Amino acid sequence: MVKLTDAEQAMLEGDSGAATQKAMELLIRYADALGAERFVETNNVAGVPGSAPQWIKDYYKEDGGDYRAVFSRFDLDSDEVVDVPRMNAFSCHLQGGMDPMLWQEQGMTEAAHDNFVADEASVADHGIQILKTCTPYLAGNVPVMGEHCAWMESSAVVFANSVIGARTNCEGRESTSAAMLAKRIPDFGFHRDDYRKGHHGVDVRVPVDSIFEWGMLGYFVGDAVQDTIPVITGNVSDASLIRHKHFGAAAASSGGVEMYHMVGITPEAPSVEHAFGGPARGDIFIYDEAARKRIYETLNSVGNSEDVDYVMLGCPHYSIEQIAQAAALIEGRKVHENSALWVFTSRAVKATADANGYTRILRDAGAYLMTDTCSAISQAVPKGTKVAALDSAKQVHYLPAMMGIEGWYGTTAECIDAACTGKWKGKLA
Amino acid sequence: MSAESTTLLDKPRAVITGRPVVPGVAEGEALVTRDTISGWGGVNPMTGTVIESRHELKGQSFAGKVLVFPGAKGSSGWSGIFHMAKLRGMSPVAMVFNIMTTKAALGAVVMRTPTVTDCDQDPLDIIRTGDWVRVDGDAGTITVWDKKPD
Repeated sequence: MVKLTDAEQAMLEGDSGAATQKAMELLIRYADALGAERFVETNNVAGVPGSAPQWIKDYYKEDGGDYRAVFSRFDLDSDEVVDVPRMNAFSCHLQGGMDPMLWQEQGMTEAAHDNFVADEASVADHGIQILKTCTPYLAGNVPVMGEHCAWMESSAVVFANSVIGARTNCEGRESTSAAMLAKRIPDFGFHRDDYRKGHHGVDVRVPVDSIFEWGMLGYFVGDAVQDTIPVITGNVSDASLIRHKHFGAAAASSGGVEMYHMVGITPEAPSVEHAFGGPARGDIFIYDEAARKRIYETLNSVGNSEDVDYVMLGCPHYSIEQIAQAAALIEGRKVHENSALWVFTSRAVKATADANGYTRILRDAGAYLMTDTCSAISQAVPKGTKVAALDSAKQVHYLPAMMGIEGWYGTTAECIDAACTGKWKGKLA
Repeated sequence: MSAESTTLLDKPRAVITGRPVVPGVAEGEALVTRDTISGWGGVNPMTGTVIESRHELKGQSFAGKVLVFPGAKGSSGWSGIFHMAKLRGMSPVAMVFNIMTTKAALGAVVMRTPTVTDCDQDPLDIIRTGDWVRVDGDAGTITVWDKKPD
């Protein structure tokens, strides 16, 4: 059983109000399920608090069917409906269901949009930051090394743990909503020093030096090590934020990687021995030309027709560097009449793209720069989409399965070419 | 059928002991997979059906079943998706898994389905799809029959 401090016991007894009491009750059930012995304090929480499609609100219609009902019943898994105050922790809302301006282009109904607007007003009223992105670290929430966080979003979690050295498990909606009130999360997993050490080695024997290659390596690593911690050595170079972003998202999708070490690159891996917390252990997975080819074929196994009618970029949400690159690739060209190009980012990054004229360049080419969501999260693709082209290993893992469409994986340049010609011509160089 | 053979059939094929994750007792037909399960993007919560490409359970629903699986993977939306499946009446009645993660733990907690982990024998070796399984999340035991006992 989890042990409580005096302050936690007081929250459990209701000293901080009914909502925080319910939050503690849920966090205790969760800690006991994990086998955690104590909580850590956190003041950095990112989740999707209280936002819900209409059918969930309707499910709680006897409780009023509002934000309060959903937050109590669903987020806190409470048997009674309680008043929900402003959040106590620094709290951020991750990605949402639609673009606030271009929702009609995304095929959303007026009713769904009304629901979105109402939820967002409630989120703001509760003191939760409207970041509306899967990349909070690009939109104003960058944790520091060693900081205990409670984050959702597997791609953000793996980035925080691996690249920054912050400490968070892959939390869920209910645990993050509870942590926003109680400022506590179970002391389990990545909050603990011993848990952050490597389990298996990955030896990279082909050059991995571009965002396209980093994404394929990530997909290989996740498939190989599943939900354990890989220690990657060998021919990986040219590290940058966007390469780590793609690598981690891919590894979290094909396996369940929540932290990785790249020796000499990531902060908790100055040496192989340090990364493993002792001598190397586990298996060694070899990423060679054959493995690279196999991953490319796996990622393209749901592609058949070369007639691409949709290109989606921005999984995880594009950084300003990637938007600049996409704008440069498409400037002076037009999206083909049989195709469409949607690029996804956060509102914070879009403000910069607007200032730089990238939004205009994309629009002039017939593309859209959208915020808040992506095609997988919103399940929104252009009407009649049958074949999508994607530059994200994560998105090609999810989107075709969710939407029942075909998908191609390639470089950003190949994807933009497909958008402008309506034809897929990607191949492995 | 003789009384003797009935007794034989009622005798469980195996009893597995583990650690309780979520309390309560439930039983049902087993659905077993050696593939880890993604929640968001891997399961349709409206039907409890696995939708992940190349998953060995693709197209099958865990609604009303005892779900026996190695563990959770993928998106942090795991608990949210299984929680939605619960609202739709499409959740498993109980769960047994090997690898403890925050995703699987939280999902089990909010579905309030009796769940056991850390077993003394590998449940994936012992339990087969179609077996009748009782999960006791209070005692931490899993009882396995070839078919539902009379």
